[in-house]
Parts: sequence; C-alpha cells; structure tokens
Amino acid sequence: MSSPALSLDGVGFSFPGRQVLAGLSFNVAPGEFVAVLGPSGGGKSTLLRLIAGLLPLGAGRVLVRGTPVTGPRQDVGMVFQKATLLPWRTALDNVLLPAGFRRGASPAERTRAENLLAAIGLADSANYYPAQLSGGMAQRVGLARMLLHDPDLLLMDEPFAALDAMTRERMALVLQKLWQERPRAAVFVTHSIQEALLLADRVVVLAHSPGRIVADWPVPLPRPRAPETMATPEFNELALKLRRLFDEVAA
Amino acid sequence: MKAAFARFAPPLVTLVLILGAWALATGPAGLPSYLLPGPWPVALSLWNGLIGTGSFWPHIGFTLTSTLLGYVGGSIAAIIVGVAAAESRLFERFVYPYVVAVQAAPKVALAPLILVWFGFGLASKVVLVALICFFPLLVNTISGIRGTDPELIEMARSFSRSRGFVFLHVKLPAAAPAIFAGLQIGIVLALIGAVVGEFVASDRGVGYLIGSATVNMSVTTMFAGVIVLAGFGMAGSALVQRIQRRVVFWDNAERHIVTPQETA
Ligand SMILES: Nc1ncnc2c1ncn2[C@@H]1O[C@H](COP(=O)(O)OP(=O)(O)O)[C@@H](O)[C@H]1O
Ligand SMILES: [Mg+2]
Repeated sequence: MSSPALSLDGVGFSFPGRQVLAGLSFNVAPGEFVAVLGPSGGGKSTLLRLIAGLLPLGAGRVLVRGTPVTGPRQDVGMVFQKATLLPWRTALDNVLLPAGFRRGASPAERTRAENLLAAIGLADSANYYPAQLSGGMAQRVGLARMLLHDPDLLLMDEPFAALDAMTRERMALVLQKLWQERPRAAVFVTHSIQEALLLADRVVVLAHSPGRIVADWPVPLPRPRAPETMATPEFNELALKLRRLFDEVAA
Repeated sequence: MKAAFARFAPPLVTLVLILGAWALATGPAGLPSYLLPGPWPVALSLWNGLIGTGSFWPHIGFTLTSTLLGYVGGSIAAIIVGVAAAESRLFERFVYPYVVAVQAAPKVALAPLILVWFGFGLASKVVLVALICFFPLLVNTISGIRGTDPELIEMARSFSRSRGFVFLHVKLPAAAPAIFAGLQIGIVLALIGAVVGEFVASDRGVGYLIGSATVNMSVTTMFAGVIVLAGFGMAGSALVQRIQRRVVFWDNAERHIVTPQETA
C-alpha cells in the first residue's frame, strides 16, 4: 500500500480550560473518501482546522502526504459550512481566489476555473455576484474553488448543512461526480448519516467531550451511488447500525 | 416622466405648504420682519448675493475651500490611521480607549484654541474641519475592518493567501460600507466645522457672512446664508452617496438584481 494521503497520530487539542480532541489516530489512503460523523460541538470543525493548518496542534502529529502540516498548503483544498464567497467578486473570481483572482491567475488557471464552473452547471453564471446565486449555487462555487489547484486532499466541513433537503441530496451527487472523475483523499464532516453513506468509503464516528473515535467502519456500497441506493437493504442496515451507535454516543 | 412626477410631487407639495405658512406668518398680521423676514425678501437677498451683485461668491468660495481641504485631508488621515490601528494589537490596547473617549468629546470646543495656533485665515478652518471629520471616520474604519466576517478571513487563509492579500481583498472591501458611512457623517460635520471656525474668527466665509449679519441685525441675510449652507450640505451628502453606490455596489446588490433560476 502506498503512503497515506493523510495520517493522524494521537492528535489532541484544547481551548483554554476545555479539551476538545484527544488521542485521535486514523489514516486516509490516496483516493479514499472518509466521512466523519459526530455530535455538534464534538470538535469536528476543530479537527479539520488542525488538518488544514489553520490551528496549531495541541498534541500528536498530522502528516499530509508524508510531511507534517505547519500551515495552509496548496495541495489541500477546503470548503466550509457557509459558502464564504466574497460578495464583491463574481463567481469566476471567487473560484480563482486561490490564484489571486483573474488578474493573478495564469491562463491555465483561468481555463480550469471556467471548466470547473461548467462541470458544476454554472457556466452561464460565471459573471454573477454571490447575491445573485442561490444557496446551492454558492456552495457549488465553493466546491469549484476548492478544486482549483487540483488538491490531493479535500477537507469539507458540513458543506451542505445549511441547504434544504432536496438541494442537499443533489449537492451530494454533484460532489460524488466531481470526486469520481478524479478520486482523491477526502475528509467530509457531516452529522447526516444518509449523506455519509451516500458519499464515503469509510465512516469515522466521533464521540463528545473530548472528541475521540468510537467507530471506523467501511461502507461497502457500489458506486456510483444514487437516490436508489438509499432504498437498498444494505444501505438501511448500515444506517440503522450507525444510528444506534450515534444514540449511544450522544447518551 | 410619470415616475419622476410621483417621486417629486409629494415633497414639492410640502415645500409649497411651508412657503405658504411662512408667508402668512410674516404677513401684515404676523411677526415683524426684523425677527422673521418673509420668503420674498430672503429670495431677493439670495438672488442678489448669488446673481445680482454676486457678493456671496467670495464667501462661498472660502467656506467650500476649507470644507473640502479639511474633509479630504481629515478623511485620508482617518482611513490611514484606522487601518494601522485595526491591524495592530498594540494600538488597540494602548490607544484605542482614548480614541473612543476623544470621539465622544465635542471637537468644536477646540475651535478657539485652533484659531490661536493656526491663525485667523484658511489654515485654522482646514485644521478644524479635518479634526471634526477625523474621529467618526476613524472609529468607523476600525470597527469596519474588525467586523470582517472571521470565516471569510479563515477561508482566504486556508487557500494560503498572504496577510496583505487578506487585508486588501477581504478586510478592506468588508469595511467599505462602514467607511462610507463615516464619510457620509464627515461631509456634514465638515461644513459645520468650517462655519463654526468662521463664527469664532474670520473675515470671510458663509459663516462670517451670517455672523456679521447678526451684528447688523440683517436677519434676511442670515436666512440666505443658512439656505446656501443647507444647499451645499445636501449636495455634498448626495455626491458621497452616489460614489458609495458605485463603489460598494454589492451592499445593495440584491435589490436590483433578478435572481436566476437554480440550474440542476
Ligand atoms: N475559538 C474557540 N474558542 C474556544 N472554544 C471553542 C472555539 N471554537 C470552538 N470551541 C469549542 O470547541 C468545541 C468543538 O467545537 P467545533 O470543533 O466547532 O465542534 P463541531 O464542529 O463538531 O460542532 C465546542 O465545544 C466549541 O464550543
Ligand atoms: Mg462545526
């Protein structure tokens, strides 16, 4: 097996007077999609910030493609729960933010941004400002922005949590399509069991106070997964198992 | 045409009513003209000062010069200091509490002192105007930059963007609406500052014109002066608002943009 795309070893973190994460260890292989399920306030966002190099580690080690994380890096792309688009920039410019907008971008980056917008069905909206976009469109722009520099590791913090149920499911399928075109290591934080099972190769379940791993299960469902997948017995059995575990953890 | 009529007709009606009431109050049965002159003499005085003899123009020129120089200078200084302050922890800890305290003090009270320091000419008025517009804009600039959505800053950081980039492309645009609010307050305060400076000591300016009319008990000229000032205040305010609409276009974008249909 090749070296992991992401490797966590005994990761811990505390805010003053409050331990958020303790002794977290897991690996993500190249091209592997891992969903992290956990109760809210359980430290999932903190975990992603640590991996992204946005917060200094408290304890343990985080390696991305074999090298320790010391700060944000270009081979890691991130999306957030809120779309976090700059309201004063067009959709295209927002996608090009990692390259320094249109002015700073190379022709290749520009072409890639346009292709990404086309891939998520927003080719005609390239010159729209965020105020002109719906929540789902804005979040898709966020996905395109994450993919601009073709990162090897994707970090996604409940990216669809703020959307309505229909849009949310559609977004999961858009993400699956983007990911299947070029599978890469991904950590996808969610509190939706359905979403986790629709997207992930593996589900990691975190418990609360301090955040720690209580389960790390494979999701042996064939791809591409579709709304029909959610009606299969395998899907429902796994969902039920996760639900039981989740209730235990929360109790 | 119809829309313009609908927009301007109601305030025009109000204006006619006010002028009518004013004419009545100063008519034969009303107040004596040395207390409240009628609309007609005031209009005549305006006509004379602006067009007939043109005697108002040197005063207007003086007041506008000190207002504009002070406003531009004070605003540039406020934005520069505000940016430095918002980006510096030391400034926040050591100086900011005093900025807030000084902001609450009425700067016009310093007018006599500034006149002693900078003389009775243009310089003292410019300094007073600059000082008066400085603080509201400073406070707005600082709070605007500080108020930037931390999630936007974190997003930009996650894409390896430099501190300079984050400032220029995230914090400064995020602060722009607050900065323009400060500029809007400033343009009105600037005119007040210039006039107060002229009240205290000057041999020119619209404030001087009003002040010397008081000595002559020429209430008509005082009214004409106040109307001229009101005109410039409104024009300045409208100009800043126009610039604001163009620069901070996204702040009210939702209102004039039709949201396109979501494409699946
Ligand atoms: N900047 C912060 N300072 C102090 N405590 C924080 C901060 N950010 C998050 N926390 C706390 O850390 C815990 C984990 O937060 P978070 O990682 O956002 O959880 P999750 O994303 O799983 O909901 C929460 O209890 C939260 O209150
Ligand atoms: Mg969170």
